[in-house]
Amino acid sequence: MVHTVLNTIGSFLYPTFDWIPTSTYDRSSTETEIHAKQFSGKLLLREEIPLEENLLNQLLSTDLMTTIPSIEKYIWGHRCRRCGNKAKHLFATIPCSRCGTTHVYCRKCIEMGRVMSCSPLYYWTGPQPLRLEQSEPCSWQGELTSHQQKASNEIEKTMMTEAVAELLVWAVCGAGKTEMLFQGINEAIRRGKRVCLATPRADVVRELYPRFTTAFPNTTIEALYGGSEQKKGEGQLILATTHQLLRFAHAFDVVIIDEIDAFPYHADPSLPFASNRAAKPNASLIYLTATPRKKHRNQVQSKQLKAVFVPVRFHGHPLPVPKLHMCFSLKKSLTKFEAPQAFYQWYERRMNPKRQLLIFVPVIALAEKITLSLRDNALFSRETITSVHASDEDRKEKVQAFRDRKLSVLVTTTILERGVTFPSVDVAVLDACHDVFDEAALVQIAGRAGRSPDDPTGEVIFFHDGKTDAMVAAVDAIKQMNKRGRNL
Amino acid sequence: MHCLWCHQEMIPAIEWGNFFLPDKPKFGCDWCLGQLEVLDGELCKECGRREEAEVCSDCRRWNASSEWKGVLSFNKSVFGYNDMMKEVIAKWKYRGDYALCDLFREDFVRTFNELFKDVKGAKVVPIPLSKERLYERGFNQAEALAGFLDMPSENVLSRIHGEKQSKKTRRDRLMASNPFTLTVGITDPVILIDDIYTTGITLRHAAKLLKEAGCPEVYAFTLARG
Ligand SMILES: [Zn+2]
Ligand SMILES: [Zn+2]
Ligand SMILES: [Zn+2]
Ligand SMILES: [Zn+2]
Repeated sequence: MVHTVLNTIGSFLYPTFDWIPTSTYDRSSTETEIHAKQFSGKLLLREEIPLEENLLNQLLSTDLMTTIPSIEKYIWGHRCRRCGNKAKHLFATIPCSRCGTTHVYCRKCIEMGRVMSCSPLYYWTGPQPLRLEQSEPCSWQGELTSHQQKASNEIEKTMMTEAVAELLVWAVCGAGKTEMLFQGINEAIRRGKRVCLATPRADVVRELYPRFTTAFPNTTIEALYGGSEQKKGEGQLILATTHQLLRFAHAFDVVIIDEIDAFPYHADPSLPFASNRAAKPNASLIYLTATPRKKHRNQVQSKQLKAVFVPVRFHGHPLPVPKLHMCFSLKKSLTKFEAPQAFYQWYERRMNPKRQLLIFVPVIALAEKITLSLRDNALFSRETITSVHASDEDRKEKVQAFRDRKLSVLVTTTILERGVTFPSVDVAVLDACHDVFDEAALVQIAGRAGRSPDDPTGEVIFFHDGKTDAMVAAVDAIKQMNKRGRNL
Repeated sequence: MHCLWCHQEMIPAIEWGNFFLPDKPKFGCDWCLGQLEVLDGELCKECGRREEAEVCSDCRRWNASSEWKGVLSFNKSVFGYNDMMKEVIAKWKYRGDYALCDLFREDFVRTFNELFKDVKGAKVVPIPLSKERLYERGFNQAEALAGFLDMPSENVLSRIHGEKQSKKTRRDRLMASNPFTLTVGITDPVILIDDIYTTGITLRHAAKLLKEAGCPEVYAFTLARG
């Protein structure tokens, strides 16, 4: 009795996925193949299944499709099986005209269609779809550095493990992580495995898609993100935002999670829930990060989590180490929406004045107003300086203009801290002691400089009026990585 | 409590006035509720839209038609259909987040009571959905609103499934045959309840049927004036 109660409490605290049914079929037939492709590994609402009632009933009666209760009920609450939500205020009741009773529904994932306790989720329990047999799926011909090769071997080894396996790939910004994945994915695809690469940002999915279709020309690859053209989710290799995993269950043999430390994966419990569910019970999980959170660092240190380091950029040069510049009048300047005097002095004496400049500021209002005052300064040319932030409608265009070197200075909030690569920039942070600049953010920001082999260095300078732990830790972390790189 | 719209936790302010009294339940934070635009001031006395003239041009057009003149005594809407309202209604009605209607409850009930306390013997009738649409949505938004009121609502109308209203032009809608039928006889004054008054054609179709059945007056009380 006590045992069962503890079990129930346990399964409320830590989700289990033993409710996902397994297939009773092992051989595919031409009849089932089309539906196997369409539904395999997906967890769907009735509204998301484009089949007539008759046909669906036929699939259900032959166990090709199975229904699953959509909401787990506990004495003290609920859990939505699609999004993992168990917060009381994100459930509500509805007097439902479908079933004639009043019952609970999930408010958290309602944008994807309403999960109600009277309506089940549908799961394919027929045979797995056939995958094209390929002897050498990857046609990428490039060469890896010795550090990349070492990580690449570890990644492949993890992906080929037949039991559950996890690997943290701790690679500096600019290490060339996409190329490190090719070898392992090649082997996985060759063996008919299904692979998912999930990343928190849609622009990264868009950027990766052409690189993967070139590298794996004969593999079915799909890019899924909010508003993407493709949305079927049938490919053998899926590139997706983490949010898209909310429609998958026990689907992938290999799940790669890019930027595992990044918002929103880090902040929204639905996303780890979904990615754990999307992985098959004996799947391999690969986590990529340049700035792991404490939890993962501790696990690595205590050897609970296997890790491989890539401390050197693909061009072999060390990471630029940020300079900290103390200025007492910083707050005074910023309240007038002006850059401190020290900033202008540094700007005039930069080593390489041809480089473009990224200026990071903590808040949107500051980004806009400081841009105005910079435009009034004789050091800058009016037309080639602008600002960008998260809710900026022209964000894409402005970033592109900076990339095309039509702009010389871009003032930005932390939205450009990750994922974007410009070949030749210097980086300044104004008010680096602000709360938004935590250690990970500062390391990522510093990682924007020196990305290209043609200009592998760059200046990174933090203007502050009092060193924070985050600033010191970021500089230490960068120096550590450089030291690790030298010792190899 | 969390705000139903932004999910922010709301910390109730304890003042001497409410220290001993139980708080009224609060469904939305002040910021979110402040985004809803309560319709008051200068309004068209027939359809309730913001208007300087006593009767707006739309309503004058209705009055010029012998078929439609006086079918509906007037419409009163509680809120304007601003961007916030559009977003909330879309999530409530189309996404089906039923709980959101509590955001409207207080203003809806107060406005109704102020306006209709003197109408004797009136019945509240929510505009129905067709069977198909009701299944799709899982609930009828007009019934949810009618459920807030202190009067029992009477489901005396039924609706035939047709094309979506929004896909038709005004002329199409006027020419279309009445989508409603009467399921029970009724001869009392009626207050029709619906979520949005847009062109007023749906409400007038229902009102016409009720008038022909013998209801002396038909009013409309709606959440928003589109
Ligand atoms: Zn949910
Ligand atoms: Zn139901
Ligand atoms: Zn709110
Ligand atoms: Zn009017």
